[in-house]
Amino acid sequence: MSDENAIEISGLTKMFGKQTVLDSLSFDVKKGSITTILGFSGAGKSTLLKHILGLVRPTKGSISVLGRDLAKLKPVELMAFRRNFGMLFQYAALFDYMSAFDNVAFPIREFLKDSEQMVEQKVKDLLESVGITEMSFYKLPSELSGGMRKRVGLARALALSPSIMLYDEPTTGLDPITTNMVNELIADTAHKNKGMTSIIISHDVKASLKISDYVAFLDKGKIVEYLPVHEFEKSSNPYVRKFLDL
Amino acid sequence: MMNARESVEQVGEFVLSSVDGLGRFFNFLLEFFYWLLKPPYRIRNIFAEIYFVGNKSVFIIFLAGSFTGMVVAYQTYFGFQLINVDSLVGPVVALSLAKELAPVLSGLIVAGRAGAAMAAQIGTMKVTEQVDALEVMGISPVHYLAVPKIIAGTIALPLLTILFQFVGNVGSWVVGTKVFVIDEALYLSKVSEFMYMEDIYQGVIKSFFFGFIVASIGTYFGFQVKNGAEGVGQGTNLAVVWGMITVLVLDYFLTSALVRIL
Ligand SMILES: Nc1ncnc2c1ncn2[C@@H]1O[C@H](COP(=O)(O)OP(=O)(O)OP(=O)(O)O)[C@@H](O)[C@H]1O
Ligand SMILES: [Mg+2]
Repeated sequence: MSDENAIEISGLTKMFGKQTVLDSLSFDVKKGSITTILGFSGAGKSTLLKHILGLVRPTKGSISVLGRDLAKLKPVELMAFRRNFGMLFQYAALFDYMSAFDNVAFPIREFLKDSEQMVEQKVKDLLESVGITEMSFYKLPSELSGGMRKRVGLARALALSPSIMLYDEPTTGLDPITTNMVNELIADTAHKNKGMTSIIISHDVKASLKISDYVAFLDKGKIVEYLPVHEFEKSSNPYVRKFLDL
Repeated sequence: MMNARESVEQVGEFVLSSVDGLGRFFNFLLEFFYWLLKPPYRIRNIFAEIYFVGNKSVFIIFLAGSFTGMVVAYQTYFGFQLINVDSLVGPVVALSLAKELAPVLSGLIVAGRAGAAMAAQIGTMKVTEQVDALEVMGISPVHYLAVPKIIAGTIALPLLTILFQFVGNVGSWVVGTKVFVIDEALYLSKVSEFMYMEDIYQGVIKSFFFGFIVASIGTYFGFQVKNGAEGVGQGTNLAVVWGMITVLVLDYFLTSALVRIL
């Protein structure tokens, strides 16, 4: 494993019953980069993400994350290993019975032995860094707008300073202004946390071209194109073109 | 009309999926026991869940308990009066409540209220990816969600059963002594003559098992939920149906075992 890669996947195949969802896929993600994985609905993007998180075991092939072969980790080790990841879910997945504050405090209280005073300081900093004001700290997720939920979800994902941030369709279903805001937030987060690797799963071509360093295109379970963003724009792969010209 | 082959196939499919489901349920229970004694112990969550189960069911237990006691007293009185043993209404009601009615009816009520609520809560968390969020944080959803709920169910149901017994006996006493004017002192002396602690233990021991199984089934069907809001409804339904059936079936086996032991 080279030091330059945060993630190395080789020959990854995943079958659900008789359906081949990922087909001997190989793919490396550079450390510190923002990499977007584009693909049509049903291409296997979420499945790929779940493999990276070790939530799904491959049928064949290997996945290394930060130099560790996931297949060699015991379930309990894998669980602890996941703390290297932060993930922003499509609908934020905030715990709906907890305030914004408690959501962000949750991983800190679970895993760090911080005093409640320190927790409070950390949570305030995190929430402020994603643009949530004091006024909304104690609101429940149901009392927040979609965009604010995303911000809180991001703050929660960042709480334990992950080395790899994952975004599952961060802008799907948002209005154009909120979409812009979320994209800026992603770029901003990567910028503020030097060395953090960001992986974005998306259908949103324009935004990915704007904020990514690398873009990959997943089709029928294979990465059919994977290039630095400037070259990706000029790709001549017919499937990629179809997607780009939409 | 369905032809014979189709119906045989359907029965086969039902049996297979039930066996499969049972296997998954036992796996879930294994996972529960794996996490049961692992730190961190979320004592506060356990108390919150006990409160939740109690809060959901206590009022219904109160109503159901008192009316069950009253109605059984009523029915028993009319039988016993024919052979002049109406003073035995008290112990007969007390025994039925202690051994069967209180634990079983409380179990059914808790399956319908708290078991359903557990399935709905976890199911909703499942479809909104909150369960995935826990997993990504490196927290076992079984450890965080199921363990406190199942412990709470196992503790709360015996308490509710005792409440059921108490209000049931009060109801029976009211009907026996006020409606049928059985002598109050006689009523109580007959109860203490024929009731033994073993009879109470039997019901309370059963209710531990019922509490455990109802909460396990509720949480299990919560985790099984797929396909959005509709799936949550289905999961809740399954939790109630299987919770109730299991209480009734388990009651038979526990009774036959406990009768021998106690
Ligand atoms: N647990 C599973 N069991 C069976 N099939 C699955 C499972 N998870 C995913 N699939 C199948 O794998 C295929 C790819 O699904 P996946 O969710 O990875 O696609 P996706 O690229 O994320 O699509 P979308 O953009 O719609 O989210 C789909 O055909 C899906 O039905
Ligand atoms: Mg997806």
